[in-house]
Amino acid sequence: MEITTGWYLVLGALLFIIGGTGLLIRRNPLVMLMCVELMLNGVNLSFVAFSRTLNDIGGQTVVFFVLVVAAAEVVVGLGLVVAILRRQPGATADDLSLLKG
Amino acid sequence: MVDTLVFLVAALICLTGALGVVLARNPVHSALMLVMTLFGIAVQFVAQEAHFLAAVQVIVYAGAIVVLFLFVIMLLGVDRAQNLEMSFLPIQKWAALLFATGSLAIVVALIVVVGEPVTGAEAMGGALGGTDDVRLLARSLFSDYVYAFELTSLLLVIAVIGAVVLVRKPKVTDPITAGDGGAK
Repeated sequence: MEITTGWYLVLGALLFIIGGTGLLIRRNPLVMLMCVELMLNGVNLSFVAFSRTLNDIGGQTVVFFVLVVAAAEVVVGLGLVVAILRRQPGATADDLSLLKG
Repeated sequence: MVDTLVFLVAALICLTGALGVVLARNPVHSALMLVMTLFGIAVQFVAQEAHFLAAVQVIVYAGAIVVLFLFVIMLLGVDRAQNLEMSFLPIQKWAALLFATGSLAIVVALIVVVGEPVTGAEAMGGALGGTDDVRLLARSLFSDYVYAFELTSLLLVIAVIGAVVLVRKPKVTDPITAGDGGAK
């Protein structure tokens, strides 16, 4: 059995969907951020698989940018979580509906 | 044969870690499971000869981002178990499962239908050249993608300033929110 690009794409899709499902069912904002990381990693795996298949370095360059954006996202997201939980200890995503009107 | 074995073991590690992130009740366990997934992904990168990205993956993700997560978990003291059954919307879990199975079916069907996506087209951004992927990546990053590269530096500066502004304790207490210690 040979491992083709499709296998990597299916693995990336599985990681993306596990992350997306976790984002929907978990209430802890920290775990939700981790699920976003899972989704980004699924996409990264697909990019590298296509880079290998199409023999193009561009896919790997895009993974580099995804890494940078993920780092920025984690910094801002954790800043928000710290700011919220300092004011409202034990808050979950459901408690953050203050702007609902 | 070895490739197949490496792929299967690394995929198993990735999926176990991903399920662990979602299903673990304790956020610390979720963070450690995330490390496991990231290492599995790094192995997949090595298997596809993206050696530099594998190193960056371990250093940046497992070394910096997960440590940041663990630091915030310990700082806030939210490392107690969460009841997974508690949900705001009663149908939320089933809707999430429906989303998961539906989108997975669509994606896998697309991959199977399209098959091998090799078009035979010439690479626009430079072909992969065996082992010196660092040189190729650097050339691509600083020539074709140089504007995007500069923009990411701007993004990082904005993120750092935003994080400082968000976490800073306000000197003058806001009369609207200071009264009851934050709205319930």
